[in-house]
Amino acid sequence: MTLRFSRTILAATAAFALSSAALHAEMADDELNINGDTPITVKAPAASHLEGHLDEVYSGWLFRTDDTRAMEQDDFDNPIMIFAEKGMDNWSVADGSEGKSCADCHGDISEGMKGVRATMPKLNAKGELWSMEDYINDCRTNRMGAEAWGWDSGPMHNMTVAISVQSRGMPVNVTIDGDAAPFWEKGKEMYYTRYGQLELSCASCHEENYGNFIRADHLSQGQIQAFPVYRLKNAGVVSIHNRFKGCIRDTRAETFGVGSPEFHALELYVASRGMGLDIEGGGVRP
Amino acid sequence: MNRHVAWAALAATFTASAAFAAETAPMDVKFDDAGGVEASLTGQPGDPSKGAEVASTKSLGNCVSCHVVSALDASFQGNIGPELNGAGDRWSEAQLRGIVIDAKHTFEGTVMPGMYKTGPFIRPGDGYTGKAAPADLPPILNAQQVEDVVAFLMTLKEE
Ligand code: HEC
Ligand code: HEC
Repeated sequence: MTLRFSRTILAATAAFALSSAALHAEMADDELNINGDTPITVKAPAASHLEGHLDEVYSGWLFRTDDTRAMEQDDFDNPIMIFAEKGMDNWSVADGSEGKSCADCHGDISEGMKGVRATMPKLNAKGELWSMEDYINDCRTNRMGAEAWGWDSGPMHNMTVAISVQSRGMPVNVTIDGDAAPFWEKGKEMYYTRYGQLELSCASCHEENYGNFIRADHLSQGQIQAFPVYRLKNAGVVSIHNRFKGCIRDTRAETFGVGSPEFHALELYVASRGMGLDIEGGGVRP
Repeated sequence: MNRHVAWAALAATFTASAAFAAETAPMDVKFDDAGGVEASLTGQPGDPSKGAEVASTKSLGNCVSCHVVSALDASFQGNIGPELNGAGDRWSEAQLRGIVIDAKHTFEGTVMPGMYKTGPFIRPGDGYTGKAAPADLPPILNAQQVEDVVAFLMTLKEE
């Protein structure tokens, strides 16, 4: 009896080990090349700071269905481009008491904003960690004399998408040492904290279980280099902090707010997990 | 307050707590060395058909979000955890009770959430609202629901 009992357990454990290994590999074997002329690295060896955690890093794009992946291959099919165009239009529209537009200071968006998305979030001159949304609002309030945009407002989404598109195909390039180190450490600590009544950390889902299914959701590594993304479910743009907010809420936790110090730190850390991958400048997700 | 009403209220409270007296509260659960829990939480037998419903309902146990259970006809069963087919043969009732109450006593560090646990948690929330939990956060399943799920698991035999 005892023997049979433990054999069954052993057999079950062995089967589980096999199937979970097979499932980890369960993602698309596909290459992303937007419009056929912008190749994007979606699979890369992990940065050295991930040693012992991940060997390779993958874009969330690889975990999506054939149809969803196809939408990101071609700008005609990618719904986020409508938002990008609105943002680009707004780039040269003067606003606020100074009567200036973004273009007045930064020139053409394709030159002035090239590579910017890849370095976000980063420290400002005062040593505070800022996301792209903060830099945009700083220009609006302090240089244009205009009102700040809400973190998840329409104009903010349009502008962050328009700026992100300019870094397509450029590798994630965040600074995590020097004065940025304490923010990065705090973000790392959050990543491994098991929040909420379900006691799940980011790592529980995106490090230990990527490739597996949680109900109908195919778990990716939770990378952010494709953000902002278009989500088919909401038929709209989703910001990085908004995605974090939803994931922490789903652990039955009291979540953090968009723009909070916690999410700034977490953004830096999660961005650094994507080192080696390229900016997608507008992903499509279910 | 009318004296009559006051007495009635007091009597009602008394009866209610007497009814629950037989129930083991989350904080009072005793795990054995292997993470099992020998004693029923309620002293009442579990109902396997109710347990099946708890296992497949998102707002309740939501076991199918992480486990394949062929006996349930819930769609999109997940594979974060092992398949539960045959669990009733692999584990004793006490061990299954312990796993459902708080699997961390059986599997150190597991991602499986404790279903009959009220803390301590880091930033506990009020269900899936993203807001802070009330001071008296209830466990995900109540004591009888735990017994129902355990009774359901015991019906999962190898083919
Ligand atoms: C309960 C499981 C769970 C936890 C815990 C969790 N997530 Fe997620 N996350 C998901 C699911 C499901 C998706 C959608 C599918 C996917 O891309 O993985 C997702 C998607 C994401 C995405 C979008 C990826 C893309 O390419 O579109 C990011 C970024 C993300 N999560 C970050 C985080 C971070 C950071 C944490 C911790 C604060 C976290 N997640 C915690 C389940 C979880
Ligand atoms: C968030 C994911 C998750 C949820 C939800 C979940 N489990 Fe699990 N469960 C696991 C994991 C992972 C394991 C494997 C233990 C380990 O090694 O960590 C497990 C193990 C088990 C086992 C032992 C299986 C075996 O044969 O080895 C049983 C029984 C079980 N779970 C029952 C349940 C029941 C019943 C529910 C719902 C009331 C449930 N689980 C909900 C993740 C989950």
